[in-house]
Amino acid sequence: MLAYAIKRSFAAFLILIVVSGLTFSLSHLSADPALTIAGEQASDEDIQAIRELYGFDRPIYIQYLEWAGRAMTGDFGESYHYGERVSTMIAGRIGTTMSLGVLAILFALIISIPLGVVAAMRPNSLVDRFALLVAVFGQALPTFWFALMMIIVLGVWWRWLPISGNDSWAHFVMPTIALGYYATPALMRLTRAGMIEVLGSDYIRTARAKGLSPTVVLFKHALRNAIIPVVALAAVWFGFMLGGSIVIETIFNLKGIGWLSYDALLRSDLPVVQAIVLIFASLYVVLTLAADLVNAWLDPRISVR
Amino acid sequence: MSILEVENLTVDIPVAAGMLHPVRSISFSVEKGETLCIVGESGCGKSLTSLALMGLLPKAAIRRADKLLFRGEEIGDLPERKMAHLRGGAMSMIFQEPMTSLNPAYTIGDQLMEVFRRHVTRDKAAARDRAIYLLEKVGISSAASRLGQYPHQLSGGLRQRVMIAMALMCEPELIIADEPTTALDVTIQAQILHLLAELQNEFDMGLILITHDLGVVARIADKVQVMYAGRTVEEGPARAVFDSPQHPYTQGLLRCIPIPGKTKRGERLGAVPGIVPNLVGDLSGCMFRNRCPHAAPVCATADDSLVTGPDGHANACIRPEPERVAEAVA
Ligand SMILES: Nc1ncnc2c1ncn2[C@@H]1O[C@H](COP(=O)(O)OP(=O)(O)OP(=O)(O)O)[C@@H](O)[C@H]1O
Ligand SMILES: [Mg+2]
Repeated sequence: MLAYAIKRSFAAFLILIVVSGLTFSLSHLSADPALTIAGEQASDEDIQAIRELYGFDRPIYIQYLEWAGRAMTGDFGESYHYGERVSTMIAGRIGTTMSLGVLAILFALIISIPLGVVAAMRPNSLVDRFALLVAVFGQALPTFWFALMMIIVLGVWWRWLPISGNDSWAHFVMPTIALGYYATPALMRLTRAGMIEVLGSDYIRTARAKGLSPTVVLFKHALRNAIIPVVALAAVWFGFMLGGSIVIETIFNLKGIGWLSYDALLRSDLPVVQAIVLIFASLYVVLTLAADLVNAWLDPRISVR
Repeated sequence: MSILEVENLTVDIPVAAGMLHPVRSISFSVEKGETLCIVGESGCGKSLTSLALMGLLPKAAIRRADKLLFRGEEIGDLPERKMAHLRGGAMSMIFQEPMTSLNPAYTIGDQLMEVFRRHVTRDKAAARDRAIYLLEKVGISSAASRLGQYPHQLSGGLRQRVMIAMALMCEPELIIADEPTTALDVTIQAQILHLLAELQNEFDMGLILITHDLGVVARIADKVQVMYAGRTVEEGPARAVFDSPQHPYTQGLLRCIPIPGKTKRGERLGAVPGIVPNLVGDLSGCMFRNRCPHAAPVCATADDSLVTGPDGHANACIRPEPERVAEAVA
């Protein structure tokens, strides 16, 4: 198990280098940071002076290495626009994004696993049809449209929930549903498919032949096996959700790092963009790794391979 | 009193083409310490018969029986909750597929102890002791350390031994073993069957053994029941059936089998030419007639119920042996 973890961590590290290197070079190619800093009215000489001052005239890989070296110590430089330290800006906002992500994935799991299990127990029944409807609905609706509908109905017409800001837990309700619902169809279908397969397996017949109660057969023997791929997928979706929070945080004006990255992109605030991409990528990689480890723990056959 | 007494057990399964009749009015009984072997070619309803006894038929299947007595009590109409108390406890089953019959996510110790803790006592230490005792009984060395192993760490033969140990955990009075060795290689097959027969003797259980291995049947069966297309075509004491098979189907099966004792290990059922009839819809007459070397027009409407002779040897063929022989000579 330890060797497996070490091997996977090394791969994760390589992925981070590739991702951050690509973002760094692409963003430097697409936007001229000197221009951003100097502003619209700056003369060519001013821009050139800034270029030299900040070292933008040096080869890109040198700039990258310098940036990466500082990033490893937690120093992401200063925001071009706000002049604040990027690390401070992110530290103040990441809690909001993480809370939203965790709430959303929990919401998705709480809806999709029971629904998937019930649907699997009676394929083609009314419950199954209902679950399918939920799934199709979730897959077909664009998240932003769904979010806007909620704002109109729950926020504007009925005035049940606040529609903007992040001052209280109530502000998180709609963003959580909007973001979490997005992952529900995939998780639900995987749970259903997994349960149907497992319920027809020989070891479930054995469990029944042992006279175990239906609850034990269903939860101990079936769900434990069916849930293995669901855990992996949930981790991937959690990563997507942190990424997806860019849209949701912007719509609901929830000031997390998703909102911050949208803001930074509009302003070509490269240090902020790069830091956020690196953080999202690291989270993503760590999540996948964590999912693999949880899987290895759930499925004793994995770590042996 | 028999441990198990079955009268006119029937299983029907609705399928797209109509109603399938895979098991039709079969009767048998098993006594304490007795081995009943059920033989017959693939698809004749052996597995469905055993699943019907355990109450484990697929959901769509419909089971009917005039009598389904376990220890003298009717179990045919027991609610699922009560049936679950018998399953794994007083009656248990060993399946054909040792490779996939254990849950990959739990240790074999957990899976062994679980059934004991369900039926006998919640006491973990007692369950553990029992598991170790039985693993040793089924010939698994260093049993205590095996408890922590997962199924994928064991070979097929070991897994089937674990399955046997599991079936024995709660001292059942009846064990149903549905082709317990088909998936294993030949040398291991003989070991496992031998083990099963030995344990049955030692614990004085009733055993229903479904197998293709006629050599084994010859050696360990007390009673033999030959099934064809969902019907019993011949049954009786093992000696009588082997020494003087009455039904043309049994004769066909045994033709390629050497004398008991000299039978080669792992011998499969003989090849009887022809194919099994379709079991959907209304069925009448002797089902074997389209493959039978002695078939006559009357067979199409014949009553294929068993007729029992004085020695308990029963046979469903309406044309008695002398008549068939005379015909063959002419
Ligand atoms: N769930 C089911 N639905 C429809 N038909 C079934 C089902 N299960 C079994 N059958 C059919 O019932 C018949 C008897 O099946 P069964 O499994 O009892 O045969 P068997 O004698 O055990 O054969 P084998 O030696 O191959 O194990 C077969 O024709 C089979 O195709
Ligand atoms: Mg079978």
